[in-house]
Amino acid sequence: MTPFKPVLLEAVGVPGGHTLASYRSRGGYAPLEALLRDKQPGDVVEMVKASGLRGRGGAGFSTGLKWTFLPKDHPGPIYLCVNADESEPGTFNNRFLMEDDPHQMLEGTIISSFATRATTAYIYLRYEYPRSWNRLQAAIDECYAAGLLGKNILGSGFSLDIYLHRGAAAYICGEETGLIESLEGKRAWPRIKPPFPAIEGVFRKPTVVNNVETMACVAQIARRGVDWFKSIGVPADPNNPRDPGSYGPKLYCLSGHVEKPGCYEAPLGITLRELVDHFGGGVWKGRRAKAAIPGGISMGLFTEAEFDTPLDFAGPGRVGCLGLGTAAVVVLDETVSIVDFLHNSCRFFAHESCGQCTPCREGTSWSLRMLERIRAGKGRLKDLDLLLELGNTMGMMPGSTICGLADGAAWPIKNAVNKFRGEFEDYIKRTNPEGWMVTEPVPALQIVGAH
Amino acid sequence: MIAHGRRVLTPEMVAEIEALAPRYPDRRAVVLPALHIVNRELRHVPLDAVVDIAEVLGFPPAEVQDTLSFYQFFHQKKPHGKVRAFVCRSIACALRGGDELLDTLCHANGIEPYGTTGDGELTIEPAECLGACDFAPCILANDDLLKNMTPEAAEAELKKPRARAT
Repeated sequence: MTPFKPVLLEAVGVPGGHTLASYRSRGGYAPLEALLRDKQPGDVVEMVKASGLRGRGGAGFSTGLKWTFLPKDHPGPIYLCVNADESEPGTFNNRFLMEDDPHQMLEGTIISSFATRATTAYIYLRYEYPRSWNRLQAAIDECYAAGLLGKNILGSGFSLDIYLHRGAAAYICGEETGLIESLEGKRAWPRIKPPFPAIEGVFRKPTVVNNVETMACVAQIARRGVDWFKSIGVPADPNNPRDPGSYGPKLYCLSGHVEKPGCYEAPLGITLRELVDHFGGGVWKGRRAKAAIPGGISMGLFTEAEFDTPLDFAGPGRVGCLGLGTAAVVVLDETVSIVDFLHNSCRFFAHESCGQCTPCREGTSWSLRMLERIRAGKGRLKDLDLLLELGNTMGMMPGSTICGLADGAAWPIKNAVNKFRGEFEDYIKRTNPEGWMVTEPVPALQIVGAH
Repeated sequence: MIAHGRRVLTPEMVAEIEALAPRYPDRRAVVLPALHIVNRELRHVPLDAVVDIAEVLGFPPAEVQDTLSFYQFFHQKKPHGKVRAFVCRSIACALRGGDELLDTLCHANGIEPYGTTGDGELTIEPAECLGACDFAPCILANDDLLKNMTPEAAEAELKKPRARAT
């Protein structure tokens, strides 16, 4: 693969890289000054639209396009929420950005607020990142002292306040309307859309919700230009009019059974195998890989034979995964039981389902109960069909839930059972020689607490 | 009823809560920050504190309790330990021994998950992904991330006293 010099992770390992002085010495905040002096908000929206930047939080929606959904000439206030509730299993790229280079994402946040005419930005930070909290708060304080935040920033007439808001360890707060409800002080139950947040978001005002890495990308686009950003990544597929391309650098989180877990920056479109071999030092202990999560657990599973799939926005979908997601790759070596993997996945989603929609609340907890029973040596072949039925019927795509959490719960089930059906069948027959063929209803072993 | 008119909240806590209110156009948005302030000071949020928060913010207590009960995070019946250890059990940590780490630590301290030791020093809770998969298996103990933990190392680490600043 061609050498690539990290941009988003430039400050990682730089002593004092998280300070304002260090960020300025690397060229930081000069783009903001120029932009506040010479540009109108509409120009910045056009710039981000032209860059082809797609949201880094998981859904991959065009950032610039999202901004254009805000009502024109709204009297305000308009809010920007930075989604720092990174909770997808396997994902930690936002932690790197917030701990090692908080000013990069803050500059992106200020630029994005200027573009969207937001006058208040809330950073919704997950509870589990106390170090990020401290680093971000210190960086925000530095910004206020330097006139980069507050009233009349750098004499431009543009005013902005940024506040940190802390979550309380709930995965659903990463869903944008769950985040909004939580920020408003309510149960984090996602909202029925429409209205979309751009029309009616937090405090019933137009709101944009963007991921931390998206904010960092905005800062780099302002600094290095649209052409630079579009020179990296995978261009749009000419045969697919709905493919907007996958441009720019991306932070890939690599963990699980690799020699060197970590957060690595590469052009969008690197294959999973390149990522594991080039950055991860290969599968640990000289073993072979069995499978890998391509972008957070809710995206599903690659088999080892699918490792040459490119990790751009379109790649994982071609092998039956939900999408690129958060680009968090977790490698499973050959010793891992796929039954144990799916049990872990089902346990996560049963715990994190918010309980609002019945198909998700019941589907996630019953899938866990079935996996508990299978692991206890009481599985039946029929359970695999039941699991698939759950997987095929819960979620936004089959139209049975309000948000995408259930789709994320369904995909590992569908991928694991479809791609590793033989292993499931062998396991069930081996551990339940008397009852694997039973088809009558059987009770669950125990009641599993939902949420 | 104590002198300043609150059941549990101290004047300092009320002042800290009030100082956050101007950040939001609606006082309801201060509910979660207020719960965090109380939890940081009392290591739990008893019902009396819920009533206090509701009074300070101007809502029925039931609405504060409604929000609180959504997050499993806030203990209500008794305080969690001086050290609150979240042991990650999500996939990246599970692949490197997270579940076994949780079991071993609970067994060594004679408690069940979510339980607190008799001396009130330590609470151990399972956690979903702590976002530190590059250091799996990991534990978040108060404000400290404990990286690449073995059961032996974790037992020693969890015996140490730890500040809680945030």
